[in-house]
Amino acid sequence: MTDATPGRLGKPPTRRPKDLLYSESFRTALYQVALAAGVVLLGLYLYQNVVENLGRQNIATGFGFLDEVSQFEIGERLIDYSSRDSYGRALLVGLMNTLSVSAAGIVVATVIGFAVGIMRVSTNWLLQRIALTYVEIVRNIPVILQVIFWAAVIRNLPAPRQALDLWGLGFLSNRGLTFLLPAAHPAHVWMLAAFAAGIAAASVAARMARRHREATGRYVDMLWPCIGLILGPPVLVWLGFGAPHELSFPERQGFNFTGGATISPEFVALMAGIALYSSGFIAEIVRAGIQATPRGQVEAARSIALRPRFILRYVVLPQALRVIVPPLTSQYVSLIKNSSIAVVIGYPDLVNIGNTVMNQTGQAVEAIAVMMTVFLAISLVTSLAMNFYNRLVAIKER
Amino acid sequence: MNAIKLAGLGAAATLMLGVAGAPEARADSGDTLAAVKARGELLCGVHPARHGFAAPDSQGNWSGFEVDYCRAIAAAVFGDASKVRFVALSSQQRFPAIQSGEVDVLARNVTATLGRDTALGLNFAPPIFYTGTGFLVRKADGIEKIEDLDGAAICMAPGSTTERNVAQVFAARGLTYTPVVIENNKQLVDAYVTGRCDALTKDKAALPGVAAFDTETPDDHMILSGIYSKEPLAMAVRQGDDQWYDLVKWVTYATFNAEELGVSQANVEEMMSSEDPDIQTLLGVIGDNGSKLGVDNDWVHAIVEQVGNYEDIYTRHFGPESPVALERGQNTLWTDGGLLYGFPMH
Amino acid sequence: MTLAPIEVVRREAVVPVPAYDPDARTPVGVWLKANLFRSVGQSLLTLAVAAVLLRILWFVLDWGVFNAVFYTTDPDVCRAATGACWAVVVEKHRPMLFGLYPYDEHWRLVLMMAIYLATVVLSLWPRCWNLRFLVPLWTGAVLSIGILMFGGVFGLPYVPTSEWGGLPLTMLLFTGTVLIGMPVAVLLALGRRAPLPVARGVSVVFIESLRGVPLITILFVAVNVFPLFLPAGVEVNKLLRITVGIAIFFACYQAEVIRGGLQAIPRGQYEAATSLSLTYWQTTRRIILPQALRISLPAITNHIIAAMKNTSFVIIIGLFDILTATTAVMQDPLWRRFYIEAYLFVAAVYLFFGYALSRYARQVEKWIASGRI
Repeated sequence: MTDATPGRLGKPPTRRPKDLLYSESFRTALYQVALAAGVVLLGLYLYQNVVENLGRQNIATGFGFLDEVSQFEIGERLIDYSSRDSYGRALLVGLMNTLSVSAAGIVVATVIGFAVGIMRVSTNWLLQRIALTYVEIVRNIPVILQVIFWAAVIRNLPAPRQALDLWGLGFLSNRGLTFLLPAAHPAHVWMLAAFAAGIAAASVAARMARRHREATGRYVDMLWPCIGLILGPPVLVWLGFGAPHELSFPERQGFNFTGGATISPEFVALMAGIALYSSGFIAEIVRAGIQATPRGQVEAARSIALRPRFILRYVVLPQALRVIVPPLTSQYVSLIKNSSIAVVIGYPDLVNIGNTVMNQTGQAVEAIAVMMTVFLAISLVTSLAMNFYNRLVAIKER
Repeated sequence: MNAIKLAGLGAAATLMLGVAGAPEARADSGDTLAAVKARGELLCGVHPARHGFAAPDSQGNWSGFEVDYCRAIAAAVFGDASKVRFVALSSQQRFPAIQSGEVDVLARNVTATLGRDTALGLNFAPPIFYTGTGFLVRKADGIEKIEDLDGAAICMAPGSTTERNVAQVFAARGLTYTPVVIENNKQLVDAYVTGRCDALTKDKAALPGVAAFDTETPDDHMILSGIYSKEPLAMAVRQGDDQWYDLVKWVTYATFNAEELGVSQANVEEMMSSEDPDIQTLLGVIGDNGSKLGVDNDWVHAIVEQVGNYEDIYTRHFGPESPVALERGQNTLWTDGGLLYGFPMH
Repeated sequence: MTLAPIEVVRREAVVPVPAYDPDARTPVGVWLKANLFRSVGQSLLTLAVAAVLLRILWFVLDWGVFNAVFYTTDPDVCRAATGACWAVVVEKHRPMLFGLYPYDEHWRLVLMMAIYLATVVLSLWPRCWNLRFLVPLWTGAVLSIGILMFGGVFGLPYVPTSEWGGLPLTMLLFTGTVLIGMPVAVLLALGRRAPLPVARGVSVVFIESLRGVPLITILFVAVNVFPLFLPAGVEVNKLLRITVGIAIFFACYQAEVIRGGLQAIPRGQYEAATSLSLTYWQTTRRIILPQALRISLPAITNHIIAAMKNTSFVIIIGLFDILTATTAVMQDPLWRRFYIEAYLFVAAVYLFFGYALSRYARQVEKWIASGRI
C-alpha cells in the first residue's frame, strides 16, 4: 500500500490501517470475536474454578455414582425399584413420577380450563362473572402456596380409621384417595387392545367419510358410528370373557387400606395445586382463542344456515385451535416444570429424588445437571412437537 | 421456534453436561483459620430447627448442643464465644455449603460415614454425640416394636443416613413401609403430627424435641425403644486444610478432657491455679498448645469459661431440667464406660 | 342438488340476534333479558347458578364473619367457635410478616415498608417521571432502607441478611428481580435480534436453556453450585445470589416478550433511522425500544406479576419470605389447626399486590392509548 500515487484518477483511495476501524464489516467481526472470546474465557474461568475447588477438597466428581446402589426406598413408583437398585434407576423412578403427575395435571387443567374458558365467553352474565373471579383468584395466588394449602388440607383429613366414606365407592383420608377398582383380570389387557383397535378403525372410517364427502358432496354423519367403533370392541371383548364384574373393594386393614387403588395425598395435593393454577391460564387462552374467530366468520356461517354444531366444528374450532394450541403447549410445559415443587410436600418426583441423590452422594453439580438436562429435554421434545403441529395447521395460502 | 432455537437448546444441554464432567482431583492446602480471623466471625452451619441441637428462639437467638460447639470454636479462635454467625442449612444444602466455603464448619447433625469422609471431601472431627435411628409413634396406634410398623407410612428427611438405615432395618426383617420423604423440616414434622405418617424417624436424640415442641399433647406420643443404627454425630470441615481440621478436632477433645479433669464452667477460675500438670497444660498455664494450633494459649480456658466442658453443654440442653431431657447413655466419658475419649493434650 | 340424509344446513327459522350497538344504553329490563334470561334454558341455568352461589356466599359469611373469632389470645376460644379463627392472624402477625428478624427491631421493618411503598407509589406516578426527582428519591430510599435493614450505624444493631424475613423480604426479592431483570431482559432481547450472529447465538442459548428448566433448579444452582464457580475465598451473599437467580430467570421470559415487541416494529422505522444516519444504539434507544416496550406492555406486566408470585419459590431453599414464615408459624401446636385462615391471609396479600399491579398496568395502557406517555 505504500506505493500508491496520490492524485491519479481511476485508482481507488488507499486504505490506511486506521480506516479499517471505520469499516462496518470489520467492526462487526471484531465485536463478534470479542464477544465469543469473552464467553469462552468466562466459561474456561468458571470451569477452572470448579476443578480447583473440587480438587482441593478431594470431592468425588463425574457421573459414576449413577451406577452405585442407592440404599433408599421410594414411596411411589411406576416401575420396579428397591433400595438395592442404582441411583440411576431411582432417578428414572422420579422422572416417571414427574411425568405421571404432570399428565394427570394436564388432563385436569385442560378440562377445567376449557370449561371455564367457555364460561368466560358465555352469553350468561352470571357464568361469565363466576369464571372471571375464578380465573383471577387461581392465577394470582402463587402456585407453591396453592400446593402447600392443598397438602395441609389433605393432611388434616381424618385418619384411615375415620376416613370419609365416598358413597361406598372409596374413602378419603389423610392417606389419600382410595377407591374401588375392577379386580385384576386378563380380560383387561385385551379390552385395552380392542379399544386401541377401535380408535384406529374409527379414524379410518372418519377419513373415508370425509373422502366421500369431498368426492360426492354428500355428508355422512360419523359421530355415532365412530363412538360405536371405539366403545364397541372393548365391550364385546368384555362380554366374550364372560363379563368379569368382580370389584376390588378397599378395606381398612392395619395402618391403611388394602384392595382397590390408592392415590397418595402428595400426588393429589401437587396435582390439584399445579392443575388449578394452570387452569386459570388455560381458561384465558381458550377465551382468547374463541374470541379470535372474527365475528364475520360466524355471521357468514349463520347466513348460509349452517347448523350451530357445524359452525363450531368447521368454522370456529379450526380457527380457534390455531390460536389456542401454541400458548397451550407452553402452558403444559410450565405445568411440568411446576411439578418440581413436589419437593416441598414430599412427592417423589425427579427433583425430590435428585435432591436425595445429591445428599447421599454429595455431588451437587452432577445431580443438578441431571435434573436440568431432563427438563431441557422435555422442553425440547415439546418444542419439536409444537413445530410439527404448527406446520400441520398453518394456513395454506395460495 | 426455529432451527436456531433448537440448536441452542441442544448446545445448552451439552454445555451443562460438559461443565459437570469429571475434572481431575488436586490436593491443596487451604487457609480457613486465617480467613476466619480476618472476617472476625465464625460461620457455622447448623440445623434450622432441631430442639436440643440447634434452634432459634422467637427473638432469633440460637441455642442448642451443636450451637454451643460452634461457640466453643469461636471461643478458641477469638477468645469470644459470641463471634459466630449461624447459617441454618437444610439437609440438602449442608454439604454444598461446607464444600463451597459458605460455612467454615458444619455442626448440623452430620453422621460421620466413610462415604461422606471420602466422596464428599469432608473431614470429621471426633463425634460429639452418639445416637441411632429412632421412631416416634402415636401411643394410640399400639406400636411397641419395629415389627408393628409393617406396612406403615414413615416420614423422613431426604438424603439422611436415617433414610438408608430404615431401608436396611426393614429389609432385614422382611417388613414393608411407605416412605414419605420431605426435605422441609416444618412440612416433615407437620406430616407426622397431622397423621399423614404413622411414624417419624430421625436420629433418636432429635425425637424428644419434636414430641415436646411440635405436638399438641406430647404424652400421646412415644419413642420406640431400641436403637437401630450407629449414628455418630460429628462436626465436619473441608478436606485439604489440616490446620483448621486440627483445631476443630482439638476443641472437641478439649471439652472431653475438661470434663475428665473436672474442669467446668463453675470452677475454671480456681482450676487456673491448679497444681496438676495435666490441668495446667489443658488451660494453657504451661506449654504452648495454643500456638501449635494457631490460636491463643488460653483457648481452652476461653472455651470452658464461656461455653463449658462437655457435661456443662450436655446438661444445658439435654439435662433433666431441659424440655428435651435425655439420658447420657453412651455419651459419657470412657472412664464411666461411655464412648467419649479425649486424646491426651501434650 | 339432493340433500344428504343428515343436513348440514338448518331448516328451522333462526332466532334473530339483536344488532350490535356499542353506544346504546340498554334499559335494565333489556339488559337482564339479554344477559341472564335470554331463553327458558338460560333462565333456569341462571337461577340454579344463583342459588348455588348464594348458598356458598352464605356459608362463607357464616364461617368467615358471623361465627368467626377475630381477636383472642387463647386458642381454646377459637377451638370452641364454629367459624373461622382470624385471631391466629392477629396473634401471629409479627412472625408471619417479619420472619426471623429480631423481635425488638420490627419497627425498622414497618418503617422500611412505609418508605418502600411510598417510593414505589411515587415513582409509578407519571408526574414524577423526571430524573431530577427520581434519582434523589431512589438514592434516598435505597440508603434509608439499607440502613434500616442492615443497621450497624446510628446505634441500630446489625442484622445479617440471613435473618431478614417476611413481607419485607418478599418485597426486596421482588424489587431486586425487576430492577436487575428488566435491563438484562432488554439486552437479551436486543441480542437475539442483533445483526451479529454470535450475539444472536449466545442470547438464544442463554434464553432457551434457562426457560427450559424449572426455577427450582436455578435456585439450587444459585445456592449450592454457584459458590463452586468462584475462586476460593471469594464469597457472594446468598440473598444476592438468589435474587440474581430469580432475576435472570425472569429476564429470559421477559426477553421473549420484548422480542415480540421488537418484531412488531415496522421495517420503515429502522430504515428511517438509518437514513437519518443514527447509530445502532441511538436507533435502539430513541426509536425502537420506546415503541417496542409500549407494544409489549400488557405481557410485560403479566411477567412482572409472575415475578412477584415466583418469589415464593424461595421456601424451597429455606429463605424466610412471607410464605415460609407462615408455614413456620403454623408449626405452633396450639394454633396449628387454623392453617386455612393463615394461608388465606397470605393468599390475600398476594392477591392484593397482584391486583394493584394489574390495575396500574391497565391505567398505563390507557395513558399510552391517549398519548399521554
